[in-house]
Amino acid sequence: MRAHRGILLFALALAVLPIIPGLPPFWITLLNNIGLASLVAIGLVLLTGVSGMTSFGQATFCGFGAYTTAVLTTTYGLSPWISLPIALLVTGLAAVALGLVTVRLSGHFLPLGTIAWGISLYFLFGKIELLGRHDGVSGIPPLSIGSQSLIDPKAMYWVIWTCVLLAGIGTSNLLSSRIGRAIRALRTGGVAAESFGVNRTSMKLIVFVYAALLAGLSGWLYAHLQRSVNPTPFGLGAGIEYLLMATLGGAGHVWGALIGAGLVTLLKDALQRILPALFGNDVQADPIVFGILLVAALHFAREGLWSRLAALFPSVTPATPSLEVFPLPHRVIEKTEHASLLSIESASKRFGGIIAVNDVSFSVEPQQIMALIGPNGAGKSTLFNLITGVLTLTSGTIRFVNESIGNHAPPDIAQRGIARTFQHVKLVPDMSVLDNVALGAHLRGRSSVVASVLHLDRTEEARLLAEASRQIARVGLSEHMHKPAGSLPLGQQRIVEIARALCLDPRLLLLDEPAAGLRQLEKRSLADLLRQLRAEGMTLLLVEHDMSFVMKLADQIVVLDLGGKIAQDTPAAIKTNPAVLAAYLGTEP
Amino acid sequence: MDGLILLFLLQDGLTNGAIYALLGFALVLVFAVTRIIFIPQGEFVAYGGLTFALLSIGKIPSTIWLLLVFGIASCVIQLWRTRYLLTLRSFIREIAGGIALPLAVFFLIRMLARPDQSAWLNFLLTLAIVVPMGPYLYRIAFQPLANASVLTLLIAAVGVHLSMVGLGLVFFGPEGLRAPTLTDISFTLGKLPFTGQTIAVYAVTLALTGGLYLFFDRTLRGKALRATAANRLGARLVGISVAGSGQIAFALSSFLGAISGILIMPVTTVYYDTGFLIGLKGFVAAIFGALASYPITAVAAIAVGIIEAFASFHASSYKEVIVFMLIVPVLLWRSLYAPQIEEDE
Repeated sequence: MRAHRGILLFALALAVLPIIPGLPPFWITLLNNIGLASLVAIGLVLLTGVSGMTSFGQATFCGFGAYTTAVLTTTYGLSPWISLPIALLVTGLAAVALGLVTVRLSGHFLPLGTIAWGISLYFLFGKIELLGRHDGVSGIPPLSIGSQSLIDPKAMYWVIWTCVLLAGIGTSNLLSSRIGRAIRALRTGGVAAESFGVNRTSMKLIVFVYAALLAGLSGWLYAHLQRSVNPTPFGLGAGIEYLLMATLGGAGHVWGALIGAGLVTLLKDALQRILPALFGNDVQADPIVFGILLVAALHFAREGLWSRLAALFPSVTPATPSLEVFPLPHRVIEKTEHASLLSIESASKRFGGIIAVNDVSFSVEPQQIMALIGPNGAGKSTLFNLITGVLTLTSGTIRFVNESIGNHAPPDIAQRGIARTFQHVKLVPDMSVLDNVALGAHLRGRSSVVASVLHLDRTEEARLLAEASRQIARVGLSEHMHKPAGSLPLGQQRIVEIARALCLDPRLLLLDEPAAGLRQLEKRSLADLLRQLRAEGMTLLLVEHDMSFVMKLADQIVVLDLGGKIAQDTPAAIKTNPAVLAAYLGTEP
Repeated sequence: MDGLILLFLLQDGLTNGAIYALLGFALVLVFAVTRIIFIPQGEFVAYGGLTFALLSIGKIPSTIWLLLVFGIASCVIQLWRTRYLLTLRSFIREIAGGIALPLAVFFLIRMLARPDQSAWLNFLLTLAIVVPMGPYLYRIAFQPLANASVLTLLIAAVGVHLSMVGLGLVFFGPEGLRAPTLTDISFTLGKLPFTGQTIAVYAVTLALTGGLYLFFDRTLRGKALRATAANRLGARLVGISVAGSGQIAFALSSFLGAISGILIMPVTTVYYDTGFLIGLKGFVAAIFGALASYPITAVAAIAVGIIEAFASFHASSYKEVIVFMLIVPVLLWRSLYAPQIEEDE
């Protein structure tokens, strides 16, 4: 509620500002520019700060929005209100086309790609006859409501800042939703998100298009405010400025975008007015200063200004989700004839010349705890990655409920009811434990992006959070629910991963070294939890190095060594198996 | 299109391609040693070319002021950063490197700048001005970020690019310049004319390629740079200074940039922001080589030059659009061909 009050106060301040008598009209112009930049920067916060895709090309999308409306309203005489949806459509289509390629670029190739098409399209804007080449298009009509023309910057102020506020609220809504959690999980690799049913590429594309649409909207407003367009404000330089705004404000915070946009716009204005007065005619120092500022921000304030500002205010503990909601439905399990739930048949995986998993076969019976043990490098984690589709099989088959799942994509395997934890914890460190766990329930909700932006997903969201909260309580971490996951000790982070996996409502649970880093007491309660899960009908496959933990818990043990299976038996028999002893202790069999 | 035009275009493409190759080498080198994707590489081209052009009409290039500013800034920042470890020796070294050296260059230029000065001396003077800027820049902008991610370094590089283009405008003004050729020899082979400039481009590129090879293969410094490229921690453990390697890499980068600038001056009119576009073409080549392979970079650079030559013949106004759009599929191919390991970032 505190956040809502903040936004309300901010909106009120914005509404009062232009009514203040004696306010220089020039201020309104500046505020309008800040608003236009904020729209782009909000999109960039989502794109770069939250989902980790650094784009230098956002100005290009402003260009799509601005040029579309410029041509439609001048050459074709359409009303700006009709050209708005068309401008957004054109921007969206361009974003889909560019995004399909861009989001597939890995690591630092992605920003390079945005630089490349950013420059290309800038040149293209200046070459096309229809777009007026380098001179651009002028004589664009102002917006009008009824017979009232919004030619006065003061009138545009209302339109622009209404858009900014709505964009900010909508984006915040999106981030605090089921889809928002998936987006936030993209930055830290995305493998975990995929293992819980998030389609990484399409999620990235959604974010990319969303950010582009905000830039396109800004371009549309710009065209009708400025009443003329030319290629200059849509080049790489402008793209870099937008990134500077998002970085300065704090790349992960929606409202930080406004601070960044405000600072950069004011600074730019100051530089453009003061320096020529000092040094005469046309010294353009703003690029020099902005460049230095960007580097300085990376040196001294990589977190951005928003988090420093936010630190000045007391933090509010978010509400604990209410459990008094209609619980999520459970997976419907049809009775099957098949004895085994998971069967692995001659699975092999090669990495170049190395055979990580070599012709391994075994099957897991329902309601069983099977342990996978073996020395380091035996291929246990690789096998997990094969089962969950993170890696593809070189040869062999993997069946789940008698259907082949080998080489299926991780989201599909998650959909079938296989959940997992990771040997190297894959949580989003700056997201709360609750949100991390709720990511596990991603497939149990279905709200769309639009519903999330409009906050129409609240009933479902409450049910998802209630489920997450229930699973957190089950693993005994309720008191840590609102802490950032990264602040927990590593052992507890593994437990958080188990709670997240339980949120999927799985039939088969794969645990990769769940007891590592836990103390004796914690290990005992973990073992109790796993037994309880088995009693409730869950099947478990786990990799673990703590032998006493495994021996007390498992029904069956498979031993791997150097990629091959060397034994499968009950714990008691494994203890005396000569091949296993040889693998672990190095004695001759 | 007849055979002669084809040959013309090929020759043109090869000449430009040779220059792109030099820039591509510099980018690969800087990335390998420092993990910086050095977007401002092209600015050294503009600085070098414009400095050379001004020297050849006997003007004092304003870049010497820039050199002084860079030198002093780097010196002050370095002294501040090492203020608790400062010894008399390191203090003198910083002053000598950051203030005395640019001052010496400053007075040298004032002494030697004449309209009738030999082109080759101007060539050396240009290098004396532009080359030290590389290491200064590294120390100012990148050394404190040495352990940051590739992405952070890239954003910093873009920031440096923005500043350097802005400085270029302040120091050179918006007008473009050309410079005379280094030699006036010319001859025709069959029907195809060769100018001394073209030959100089080929000769310099080959000589520098050979020189770089010898440097990296035969000298201890070069091997130290390769060691830094292969494993920074390992290099430090055997006593190689990572910061020192970074400075050398940047010196080579500004050296290659300045030479490229001097070589293209007689062929193209260079503006304060032309360097960026030229540098980006070297960039396309370096990306082809995954910012790692010198031979692939060289071949790709020639290819870019030739594609550009044909593009400017057939669709001259879309030349830039075509060349830069080329990067995107190459990036995509590189992403799919060498997917990054998705372990914890």
